[in-house]
Amino acid sequence: MKYAPPAAPRGASAEAGTVLVPYPPFWRQYPSRVGALCLVELQKMRRDRTELVTRAIQPALWLIIFGETFSRIRAIPTGSVPYLDFLAPGILAQSALFIAIFYGIQIIWERDAGVLTKLLVTPTPRSALVTGKAFAAGVRALTQAVVVLVLAAVLGVALTGNPLKLAGVAVVLLLSAAFFSCLSMTIAGLVLTRDRLMGIGQAITMPLFFGSNALYPVALMPAWLQVISHANPLSYEVDALRGLLIGTPAHLALDFAVLVVAVVLGVASASALLGRLAR
Amino acid sequence: MTGKGGNGMDVDGIPPAVLCEELRYRFGEHRAVDGVSLRVVPGEIFGLLGPNGAGKTTTIRVLTTLLPLQEGRAAVFGVDVARRRMEVRRLMGYVPQQLSANGALTGRENVSLFARLFDVPRRERRDRVAESLEVMGLTGDADRVAATYSGGMVRRLELAQALVNHPRLLILDEPTIGLDPLARSGVWERLNELRATTGMTVLVTTHSMDEADTMCDRVALMHLGRLRAIGTPAELKSALGEDATLEDVFRHHAGDALNDDRLPQGGFSEVRTTRRTAGRLG
Ligand SMILES: Nc1ncnc2c1ncn2[C@@H]1O[C@H](COP(=O)(O)OP(=O)(O)O)[C@@H](O)[C@H]1O
Ligand SMILES: [Mg+2]
Repeated sequence: MKYAPPAAPRGASAEAGTVLVPYPPFWRQYPSRVGALCLVELQKMRRDRTELVTRAIQPALWLIIFGETFSRIRAIPTGSVPYLDFLAPGILAQSALFIAIFYGIQIIWERDAGVLTKLLVTPTPRSALVTGKAFAAGVRALTQAVVVLVLAAVLGVALTGNPLKLAGVAVVLLLSAAFFSCLSMTIAGLVLTRDRLMGIGQAITMPLFFGSNALYPVALMPAWLQVISHANPLSYEVDALRGLLIGTPAHLALDFAVLVVAVVLGVASASALLGRLAR
Repeated sequence: MTGKGGNGMDVDGIPPAVLCEELRYRFGEHRAVDGVSLRVVPGEIFGLLGPNGAGKTTTIRVLTTLLPLQEGRAAVFGVDVARRRMEVRRLMGYVPQQLSANGALTGRENVSLFARLFDVPRRERRDRVAESLEVMGLTGDADRVAATYSGGMVRRLELAQALVNHPRLLILDEPTIGLDPLARSGVWERLNELRATTGMTVLVTTHSMDEADTMCDRVALMHLGRLRAIGTPAELKSALGEDATLEDVFRHHAGDALNDDRLPQGGFSEVRTTRRTAGRLG
């Protein structure tokens, strides 16, 4: 057997009393942890392609039924932009939201199955674990986004072909999914059970969605809803996606800033509560 | 192996693999661990024995930094568990009581994840993962999804995960619970080979006195949060009489707790929980 003796680990000094295993500095560990957890997500997705299809059904229905109908009756004034084009970025954001907002269920499942326990005894700071999970949700959302975008293109939505803008779309989706999955993990850390998390997830997704600019321009909303919409990270996501994908005027710098701050706060609150799941 | 000595004192000035001094842990009012002091000598297989509810898992969860240290002192190879958590984690491989491999990933992916999380350098990673899988006899099944593994294979996969960072201390919580006799001996066989080739220190909990008797260099008997006796199985048995078994020793020190507790409390349902987890792996 070629198993190396562990008694003298790499770099341990001869007097075995002092234990000094050299390992990468903190700034290099962080991205490597995030990368490792994103890779796991890809490996899992590769084996579950049916999910990609089943999850595409809902956005397809929104685009085909809701989008086509409202385009025809012209109920929602969107200026020179066809309603279907206006709607597509909103549906893109919605499909990412649905994936992310229930991502905390995976954390609870991993807690129940003992997987989380083992992750917590690796030399990984809790914030790195949460960030890794958050971007893993982002990776999943991105794969889904490709399906929705292809669908939108087939329905004749005039999407940008600019690779730089498409890269921007990917970043926006990644950040948003990371934030909403942190929100989900935070709730998971508070309620601790799958059923309650499902309930709360279902209770907040629709208000988040309808209380944003995903379906209609903010200007159409009553004043109180406009306030909510401005406090809703989903609105900033949709604003950026719309600007990048179909070229409507957008506040890109503000949108990115809001999303980055939201992710930082989300990671902080989810990591603070992660310990509750481990007890 | 130097670690075979009986008294658990430091060997050649090397700090003990595990040191607990007056360790206590409470869940609310309930004292799960109530003043445990022990030393594990580098290189030995040390068994923490006791019926369900004795406080074995809680002790281990403190040692692995999963639970905060409430009272007392604990160190792994001289590294303080409360103050240097990240360093302590790098020294250990841990297999929890519950089956915990990720059923959605293949065996190789499961091990590879831990190689990354323990910063195994990129150019060594592939070999180290293959080596861990081979040591646990899983090379042929490495690219199958873990959800299709038997209970014994999942246990060996978890051992492979725990070994990939070449830990100096391996901590196993009830490694054979819920396994059939054949799978049990398979797990122990692998552990023995590993110990023979590497001299790794192993801290193992079990409520099976038979297994502890044959496999452990030294054992500590735990009951209601306290250690009742500590020594080599031979020492403990001969102190009691000619034909004494370890089970007799335990009965002598802790009354009939072993048999009382085994089925009505935790025992059976614990095995069922473990099984259920195994079934849910997909
Ligand atoms: N999370 C917890 N909350 C409350 N009590 C607990 C918890 N975990 C364990 N206990 C209690 O602590 C005692 C010791 O449990 P444990 O360490 O799991 O024992 P063992 O591993 O020896 O079976 C038991 O009485 C158990 O009920
Ligand atoms: Mg236990």
